[in-house]
Amino acid sequence: MNRSTLSRAVGVLLAGVLGLSVVAGCSQDPEPAAGGPVTITVNGLPPGTEAVDRKKFLDDKAEFEAANPDIKIDAREGYMDPKTFATKLAGGQLEDLFYVYFTDPANLIARKQVAEITPYLDQVPAAGQIRPELMKVFTGQDGKVYGLPWRNYSMGLLYSKALFTKAGLDPANPPKTWAELRTAAQKIAALGEGTAGYGDYSKSNTGGWHFTAELYSLGGDVAVKDGDTWKAAFNTDKGKQVLRQLHDMRWTDNSMGERQQLEYADLLQLMAAGKLGMYLATGDNLKAIVNQYKGDYNDYNLGPMPDGRGTLAGGDGFMFNAKAGPEKIRAGLRWLAFKYNNPDRIEHDYQYDAANKNPVGLPEPNIWTGEAAKKQQAAATKLANVPVANYKPFAEGSADIPLKLEPPSAQQIYAVLDTAMLKVLTERDANIDALLADAEKQVNSILAAV
Amino acid sequence: MAIQPALRRHRRPRSVSDNLVAYAFLAGGLVCFALFSWYPLVRGVLLSFQQVNFVTDPEWVGLDNFETLFADPLFWTAWRNTLLFTGLALVFGYLLPLLIAVLLNELRHFRGFFRVAVYLPVMLPPIVSVLLWQYFYDPGNGLFNTVLRGLHLPESAWTQSPRTAMISLVLVATWSNMGAATLIYLAALQNVPGELYEAAELEGASLWQRLRHVTLPQLRFVMIVLLLLQIVATMQVFIEPYQLTGTTNPDTITVMVLIYRYAFTVNHDFGLAAAMTVLLFVVLGMFSAAYLWLTRERT
Repeated sequence: MNRSTLSRAVGVLLAGVLGLSVVAGCSQDPEPAAGGPVTITVNGLPPGTEAVDRKKFLDDKAEFEAANPDIKIDAREGYMDPKTFATKLAGGQLEDLFYVYFTDPANLIARKQVAEITPYLDQVPAAGQIRPELMKVFTGQDGKVYGLPWRNYSMGLLYSKALFTKAGLDPANPPKTWAELRTAAQKIAALGEGTAGYGDYSKSNTGGWHFTAELYSLGGDVAVKDGDTWKAAFNTDKGKQVLRQLHDMRWTDNSMGERQQLEYADLLQLMAAGKLGMYLATGDNLKAIVNQYKGDYNDYNLGPMPDGRGTLAGGDGFMFNAKAGPEKIRAGLRWLAFKYNNPDRIEHDYQYDAANKNPVGLPEPNIWTGEAAKKQQAAATKLANVPVANYKPFAEGSADIPLKLEPPSAQQIYAVLDTAMLKVLTERDANIDALLADAEKQVNSILAAV
Repeated sequence: MAIQPALRRHRRPRSVSDNLVAYAFLAGGLVCFALFSWYPLVRGVLLSFQQVNFVTDPEWVGLDNFETLFADPLFWTAWRNTLLFTGLALVFGYLLPLLIAVLLNELRHFRGFFRVAVYLPVMLPPIVSVLLWQYFYDPGNGLFNTVLRGLHLPESAWTQSPRTAMISLVLVATWSNMGAATLIYLAALQNVPGELYEAAELEGASLWQRLRHVTLPQLRFVMIVLLLLQIVATMQVFIEPYQLTGTTNPDTITVMVLIYRYAFTVNHDFGLAAAMTVLLFVVLGMFSAAYLWLTRERT
């Protein structure tokens, strides 16, 4: 071996040894020794900028650790982000217990990236009172449970009381059909000064999400199960109707504003700025509109979904890292049973929120059944600090609207449907038939892997 | 030449122990390259033949990922868009800096000011530039449409129209990056011997003839190098389409955006993303090889 070959070999060897040691160092913490305290990493710690929520979290953590000296909570900021999930998992940085939206569990279970928790569910006494259809979101095709839901939401029509009044519309009587909504949007847009009557998304998967909500409201489906497999079900007259009415509002009525390619925060900002009449939203949007964009709870009303043949129900919950062992799963479930899935603590939490000017009483479906549901309802009624009358149309109108969960692989499907939404909102001559046919092909290939 | 054998005698290999310090320094560099360049590179290639979930062992899938790629209509769309972006970026971003450099070189006053002004956008973090342009392009109250409205000219949907979306991205990229190319051209222009221009003037050459027969031939090497570097850079365009038009817009989806989409937003499939990366690597590798060959010839 000559000198240069030798030096190259030494260098590569050094790099290899160091590389292996780094990779080995990234592996997950081992399970604790029997009898020792268990430390679990969890996310969901609110950032310092949300001082009230952060203090509440840390107080809860201290109380839990005092009551459970064998468990230590290592809390991290942030929530489950699909963009960083796989890399955190690969690098051993994924929390043992992490927050997810309802759009994620099906994929995580299919990819075997989460731990099964069925044998340990006795750690959560109230688990049996959680609505079965929500438990299904966290249940695999094999019937095993992989997580627990925390909150549930359903879509409605969020609208500006001031713009309704200014346009001669009755804020107590929101549009009940898409035809009525179209007329109302025209009247609001006629106010001028850049006011949009109705707003919708078409970027970062939010367009597909709203397409789904609009399709559900007409009684349509995004995907249906055909035997053991799922198939796209939106390339129908109802799917075309969704896109056609958006296209006509955008291009014929000019009631959706010039600015498109909008994503989640955009419509909240427009609503807070008084430049938007209506958009589809969940009750929790109100908190963001008020806290982040300086809106006022009194200025906004919530009505039921137009046409009301179905409403998209989403939500969030918690799942466990596939590398978490039994001790960590038991400890994590006890933390959930204390902080998140605890009907006996709902009133305590609402009291804290009310005392700290966090909203209590925003309209959202209950995750509980039976006694737990009654406790939640009683606490919300007793401690509500938002203008509940503004949400009366939603509460009354939504009672009979069936909740429909998101399709499997929801985020992937939403990404595909974003394109159809984008095209109808940005191209006057968009070919709706071709857009839906193309999306159908892509979604079927996504669903083939479910 | 006679001096060569003498030099060779002086450079006689010394023993390893004489060079321990040098090897130690070398090892640091090698370790960094191995960890942060070579290992990810090799891992990426391996990943392109695997299905992974980062929990269980990777599964070897042969060429499945590549077959899936070729069957995806977006694969071809992304390449077509990337080539279109690269072509448009060359039209604007390649010739404009040359033109500006020639103009700056001719300036007698405020040369320093204009140099800084041209280079200023390069100093902005890319995301800041893109967000700034996002405001410019806003079809409602954006700067461009406000100006057009003021001049009673037709407004544009900019990034929101399939007809203008790509060119809008190119304008952002050109504005953000042309400062560096301009400075390189300017440096090259200042190395052109003044006698050549004097001789040309004595021969009665016009401004255009001086540019055509003196300036451009003298800049030929720099122009070729910049051309190749620009092709390599623009084919990796990501931040402009990602921020301005999103990962789901087929009119502007580029190869890098599609890789991101495969890995993080739609498919969550790192094997597929790695396969696409390998293909991009091969294409860019050819341009890089041409660059290396050219610069080696010169030196």
